[in-house]
Amino acid sequence: MKSNEGLRYRMGVASRAVAAILGGYALAAVSTALMALALPMARADAVLTATLLSFTVYVCAVIWVFAARDALRAWLGIGAPTLLLGLGVMALRGAA
Amino acid sequence: MKEGFRQSMAWLHTWSGLLVCWVLLLVFTAGTSAYYRDEISLWMKPELHEAAASPVPNTVAIENAIRMLEKDAAGVSRWFINAPSDRNPAVSVGWSLPPAPGEKGRGKFVRHELNPATGVPLAEPRETRGGEFLYRLHYDLHYMPAKWARWIVGFCAMFMLAAIVSGVITHKRIFKDFFTFRPKKGQRSWLDAHNALAVLALPYHLMITYTGLVTLMFMYMPAGVDAVYKGDQKAFQADVFPAAENKKPAGKPAPLAPLGPMILQAQKHWGGGEVDRITVNNAGDANATVNISRQQGQKLSYLRQAVQFDGVTGAMTSTTGDTPSGAAESRGVLMGLHLASFADPLLRFLFFLCGMAGCAMVATGALLWAVKKRQEAAKVLAKGGKVGFGLRLVEGLNLGAIGGLPIAYAAYFWGNRLLPVGMEKRIDAEISWFFIAWGVATVIGLVRPTRGMWQIMLGIGGAMFMALPLLNVFTTHSHLGITLLQGKGPWPVVGFDLFALVFGFFLLYAVRHLQKKKSALKPVAKARPQAKPTVPTVDSDELVTREAT
Repeated sequence: MKSNEGLRYRMGVASRAVAAILGGYALAAVSTALMALALPMARADAVLTATLLSFTVYVCAVIWVFAARDALRAWLGIGAPTLLLGLGVMALRGAA
Repeated sequence: MKEGFRQSMAWLHTWSGLLVCWVLLLVFTAGTSAYYRDEISLWMKPELHEAAASPVPNTVAIENAIRMLEKDAAGVSRWFINAPSDRNPAVSVGWSLPPAPGEKGRGKFVRHELNPATGVPLAEPRETRGGEFLYRLHYDLHYMPAKWARWIVGFCAMFMLAAIVSGVITHKRIFKDFFTFRPKKGQRSWLDAHNALAVLALPYHLMITYTGLVTLMFMYMPAGVDAVYKGDQKAFQADVFPAAENKKPAGKPAPLAPLGPMILQAQKHWGGGEVDRITVNNAGDANATVNISRQQGQKLSYLRQAVQFDGVTGAMTSTTGDTPSGAAESRGVLMGLHLASFADPLLRFLFFLCGMAGCAMVATGALLWAVKKRQEAAKVLAKGGKVGFGLRLVEGLNLGAIGGLPIAYAAYFWGNRLLPVGMEKRIDAEISWFFIAWGVATVIGLVRPTRGMWQIMLGIGGAMFMALPLLNVFTTHSHLGITLLQGKGPWPVVGFDLFALVFGFFLLYAVRHLQKKKSALKPVAKARPQAKPTVPTVDSDELVTREAT
């Protein structure tokens, strides 16, 4: 029973680590892409600004993953905005 | 996680910090020493010390360099001249030889350091990478492709950023911690030291970590460039960093206009400021051009300002970097903050101190974890259990990677003085002294992670640092007796020697401190063999709540 709980805890931590490192990067990447496309500036400046802010997005995502009440919420909080922003990127790229 | 926000952040802080702390410490120490990379390079080339002590005005040095180039490098497509700066008094020149017959691309690159007062190449200094090795170690590590190393360092930097932010959230009493240090209380003291070092220089730690990521941001986060430029890095670079075009040689000879007036004109255009690098294209040809860039000094942003001239008429033709956009300037400032090339001696020293505080923060954090776990393990041991593998590993790595690091640095400097000047592959040999010393220390640390071994390691490191100025007496003509007592300089060499003395003394003081503590603890342990650990144990949750209140 006890080892079962221990295993569960470990799996939970591993799952969150993946969500933070890979999921967080994915979220940072799509938000960078969206900002680079959408910011109303010269295109080089939009890219620079978006890229400068990317690490802030990343670190906030990591904080969220480990602050969330359970691993499911952690994943949802990363996955849903990534998907949404990703759709935005596709729409803007299609329009361009 | 299950507990409150602050507890889950404490967990994140602990693990994101611990997992990468040994790599981070190497990156932090190398980066901190790289604030003085020019000075370290000078120290490691004693052959240059005499020339360094007699500087001349920059225009004189540059004219001397041009005369040398006209004599030795006529007909080469491009010359580079690096003007002397406050930190590097030699003027250096370079040019690419035409490619060997049958080969494509550029030929071999030739580089000479000249005596600024005469334009004569300086006595070839011993082969060493000097401070450049430490600068590269900071982000390229060693013994692996630079690309891998940069990803590893970036990964660790991101962990560091997460550790800093979660560490701040964990602290409610962040202002009070500033003034709290309870010495000689075991774990509590390590916690206080870690807090004080982290909080005192917090803006620096946050800045240096974030700006470090910014320096390589297009590699780490190419999503923006990919989305807008469809991955065309070159088009993006051309938009952000416009560069002057270089003309092809016309094939008609024409004399090069004097550079002095061009330098004055460039300085007038910038409203002051020293010249950094001069590039002469097609010297002696009718299509010669001259590009003069401004020294970073005093300017926060890292964006380069440059002025282009017609090489024959001497007329100004174009300028670059004068009116950067807000975004480009923001990035320039963030990069500039990281590289700190704007910092005058006092500010540079403050950056260096903050960097040292960062090293100490990483080291005390790693030690704190081990001390805490050791106390928990003491309970398990008392019940007849065993010390876990994780704790043993961390204790060993702490001793080897942290305690052994001063030995590695000292070994690198010792190698510079002791290896024969003319030997083959001298550069590799010097660098291998660093890694052999560090590797041996780490193996010993993993095999015998004891308090006595800490004393031995810190003692060796301290003695090796303190002996460096002494080594200078036997191996160079620029030891403290001449540079300081006779006031002949060069001052960077004096600074290096004095720092080695102070740092070595500090390490030996730490050894003495450990010795005292050991003898103070022993009688108690003897009198009460069954006694619990003398320091009250505090578990991690209690620590967090203490901090939270």
